Amino acid sequence: MSKDLVNALAELNEKEAIEIVRERLNTGAEPTKILDDSRKAMEIVGKRFANSEYFIPDLVYSGEILKAITSMVKPRLAKTHEVKRLGKVVLGTVAGDIHDIGLNIVEFMLDVNGFEVYNLGIDQPAQNFVDKIRETGTTIVGLSGFLTLAFDSMKETVEAIKTAGLRNKVKIMIGGGQMNDEIRKYTGADAYGDDAVAGVSLAKQWVGIS
Amino acid sequence: MHGQEVKNMNRTQERLELWCSAPNVRFQSPEAEEAYKKRAKRIADAVLLETPDRVPIAPLVTFFAANYVGITAEDAMYDHDKAYAAFRKVALDFQWDTAFSHVLALPGPLYEALDFKQLKWPGHGVPRNCTYQYVEEEYMKAEEYDAFLDDPSDFLIRTVLPRVAGAFAPFQMLPPLSMIVPCYTGVLMMLGSAAIGGAANAFTAINKASESFMKFILSAVAFREELQSLGFPFWFGPSTQAPFDIIGDSLRGTKGVMLDMYRQPDKLLKATDRLLPTAIQTAMAGAATSPSPFVFIPLHKGAMGFMSLSQFKTFYWPTLHKLMLELIEQGLIPLPFFEAEYTDRLEIIKDIPKGKALYWFEKTDIFKAKEILGDHVCIKGNIPSSLLCTGTAEQVKDYCKKLIDIVGKGGGLIVDGAVGIPDEAKPENVKVMTTFVKEYGVYK
Repeated sequence: MSKDLVNALAELNEKEAIEIVRERLNTGAEPTKILDDSRKAMEIVGKRFANSEYFIPDLVYSGEILKAITSMVKPRLAKTHEVKRLGKVVLGTVAGDIHDIGLNIVEFMLDVNGFEVYNLGIDQPAQNFVDKIRETGTTIVGLSGFLTLAFDSMKETVEAIKTAGLRNKVKIMIGGGQMNDEIRKYTGADAYGDDAVAGVSLAKQWVGIS
Repeated sequence: MHGQEVKNMNRTQERLELWCSAPNVRFQSPEAEEAYKKRAKRIADAVLLETPDRVPIAPLVTFFAANYVGITAEDAMYDHDKAYAAFRKVALDFQWDTAFSHVLALPGPLYEALDFKQLKWPGHGVPRNCTYQYVEEEYMKAEEYDAFLDDPSDFLIRTVLPRVAGAFAPFQMLPPLSMIVPCYTGVLMMLGSAAIGGAANAFTAINKASESFMKFILSAVAFREELQSLGFPFWFGPSTQAPFDIIGDSLRGTKGVMLDMYRQPDKLLKATDRLLPTAIQTAMAGAATSPSPFVFIPLHKGAMGFMSLSQFKTFYWPTLHKLMLELIEQGLIPLPFFEAEYTDRLEIIKDIPKGKALYWFEKTDIFKAKEILGDHVCIKGNIPSSLLCTGTAEQVKDYCKKLIDIVGKGGGLIVDGAVGIPDEAKPENVKVMTTFVKEYGVYK
């Protein structure tokens, strides 16, 4: 039974996955086990994405199914239920840029892979990143941007983090539309990620998990 | 089949010849006329897969022009004279093979008059020196496909427009448009509902917006006439969208349309079919008022990142394909801009009559594109934004050289930035790109 949920979710079989969860909850199954299975399924989804078997629509759809499952399971969870997190990541789209499709996919993938994600949202001035780094004590920062105007905003954000004396406390990754390794150098960030899975790999690497 | 091909070739050539001969342009001098014809022919030769005298360079420009002369994006959107002067200076300083007007420095007053929600623009949601940006929402909900399919015009006017702009909000009070039949009771119904819903206010706002539109468009037309008379053809004019993108961009949003591919694929496909005639009409309407034979089709959601190859074949390509074939049938030249990457779908998009389209690539492996499409379709592109904004002159030259050597071999290349000239491009890099293409790109 437990294998079926993993399979149904990994295969993006929405109706079947929801049906299995409903049945298991009705028969008194452990809610945390359902979440564990869901996480296993999401790992498979992530791997298939990395292998180019799945594409962004598959990630988005799996995210929607997972959201539905979580909302079914949540009322049954003990208040004390705490998921062990691998680390913290502060994310946001840099100043002047209001795009967030990629940003939200990266947030979702980091979240299902066990990171505690603070998503600042779009059009974030450098100071907001600095403040959030201080507040959370994160070691990882992700800068998102779609437009070429984000080149300078990213550079300024990295500089602001440096000026605040936090540069050696965090690793910074960039991603989005016009970004590449040239722009990574220009901004002074540590890495460029081509997609959400690359972002997850970088984050894992930076907290010491391969 | 052969007869068909000959007929099409004639229509494409006819349109291109008309564009090259420019019978309606009053040139300022014989030199200007000669320059115009040389430039237009250079581009026509590239498109027809003949070898031109040199590799043409025909970039798209938006707020680079504003930055170049030191005005803000807000200035460019609100003061059409300033925008005119900025884009004129770019055209005259760089002397490309086509000029580009300020038509993409969209009119701020118009969007203001409409209380437009689908855009944020300088001073209205983004800083004064930033480009305008699209606000993605589910302007059509997942459960509204039936309403759309049942009567698209009614649905768009009464349901979607009120969500898109404050000025259109009163339209939601109109009765179903099919009830407004041309008889005395139908007229009563329309006026009664309009009065209750304040639709009159909507028309006041629309009136104001349309005055702004006229100022804007007359300025753009004057620009075109002046620059043509100085010897510069224009490629940018008619435009349309892939039916899937009309749904994905303007109605359902990226996430919405992605989920529709799984949850309601049949309705999504019906909607793309339903929008095909609209996409064709849009292009034809533009072509009727523009001297340009090129139909710009900016593509968004069919890229590798946004859908799998099999989803592309199922949902995206069939209606885009039909759209392009119909435009070719009319003698127009489809100019799809393949934003992001399409490398794994090059074989599919090759299915287009030879020498009748112009494919603009951004991140697609353009060298592979040459390999697969080279004897079939002219390629436009693709100096990376990162190079133009942050690279050195040497890096820009190296890239241009490689592009000309490989993609330009024998013809079939028109140079542009990967996404046009980026707003923040270094002017010296744009200069280097231009000079290099003009010198090194000569065919011997």
